[in-house]
Amino acid sequence: MNKVSALIISVIVGLLLVYSESEFPKWSDPNQPASLHVSPRYIEKTVEETKVPNAVTSVLADYRGYDTMFETSVIFTAGVAVMMLLRRPKNGKRPQ
Amino acid sequence: MVRDLNDIIVRTGARILIPFMQIYSLYVYAHGHISPGGGFQGGCIMAASFILLAVAYNLHESKRRLKEKRNAIFCSLGVFIFAATGLVPVLFAGNFLDYGKWSKVLFTDPIMARYYGMAFIELGVQITVMAAMVSIFLDLVTAGKHEEVFEEEKINGDNGRQV
Amino acid sequence: MEIMVGKFNYWIYIILIMVGFYGMMAKNNLMKKLIGMNIFQWSIILYYISIGAKKGGTVPIIMDTHSAAGQAIRAIDYINPLPHVLMLTAIVVGVATTGIALALLIIIYKKYGTLEEDEIIEALKK
Repeated sequence: MNKVSALIISVIVGLLLVYSESEFPKWSDPNQPASLHVSPRYIEKTVEETKVPNAVTSVLADYRGYDTMFETSVIFTAGVAVMMLLRRPKNGKRPQ
Repeated sequence: MVRDLNDIIVRTGARILIPFMQIYSLYVYAHGHISPGGGFQGGCIMAASFILLAVAYNLHESKRRLKEKRNAIFCSLGVFIFAATGLVPVLFAGNFLDYGKWSKVLFTDPIMARYYGMAFIELGVQITVMAAMVSIFLDLVTAGKHEEVFEEEKINGDNGRQV
Repeated sequence: MEIMVGKFNYWIYIILIMVGFYGMMAKNNLMKKLIGMNIFQWSIILYYISIGAKKGGTVPIIMDTHSAAGQAIRAIDYINPLPHVLMLTAIVVGVATTGIALALLIIIYKKYGTLEEDEIIEALKK
């Protein structure tokens, strides 16, 4: 793919994103939909249900602990996959 | 394959920094409840200390302090700690990953049991992240040929390396 | 002009997305394509974190539960912690993807002797 057509395609993608930006909320607006539904409950109840003052740690480890467990298995799988791709037995001998 | 870096400034700087980096990573993990931090951040800093040792000295030095087999055991030990912390509440008629039921084993109230459960799983996350990052680095740097590097060193000698 | 001043953070991330996308498509070297993918990924992570800002809010660490007047904790004083949590997972997934991509590049270099895309496609056609 030559460079001129790649430039045209990426400018078209940028213009599409700029067009959809007109409906987004303003920056640091307290009433945007991202901060309204479940996140005030996490902030208000985190010290009374678990005595942890850090809201980020309590959401990561307690309220959404299932996602953290599978993310740990993702990094473990990446380590195993790099080992499997790069280590080859020499002289064609298979390890026993 | 990985030659010795005979630079005295890098060696002296690494000698001063590495113990402080390891203690700092444990500090960042332990204060995850009160200040920004936690398991991922502490694990990355600890892996960075082993990588700095491999860059400033020889690759042999880093593998002498954290052996290959022990690294692989650490990699799966972290995931095991996480899953075990989640499965023990199932034995006491609770949900999976419901740390309130640990209060029957630890003899505290359910709110403090959630506090301690979070500390356990962050420990598992730290161990896995550190082992996986060191393992990926060692594999990419030597292109998979770990054992041949060390057999070459034994045959050719140490090249007069200063300690 | 209101669209430029009130929403200026979206402009920065749109420019970064365009740069990363162009780098993935137009460059010939495989390593440069990988760097373009990395730029694309990090710009999405930064965009998500910028959503969670609030005017006059502080860091979401709740230190004093019983303040001087004895009032409850109000959620409007603290910024949104949820995008930070989701992006921690995304950063780790990005690191894993980059590590495996670099391992694949090492194998391609060993087999074909080059990292340019058109030479590899010519070698595949034979």
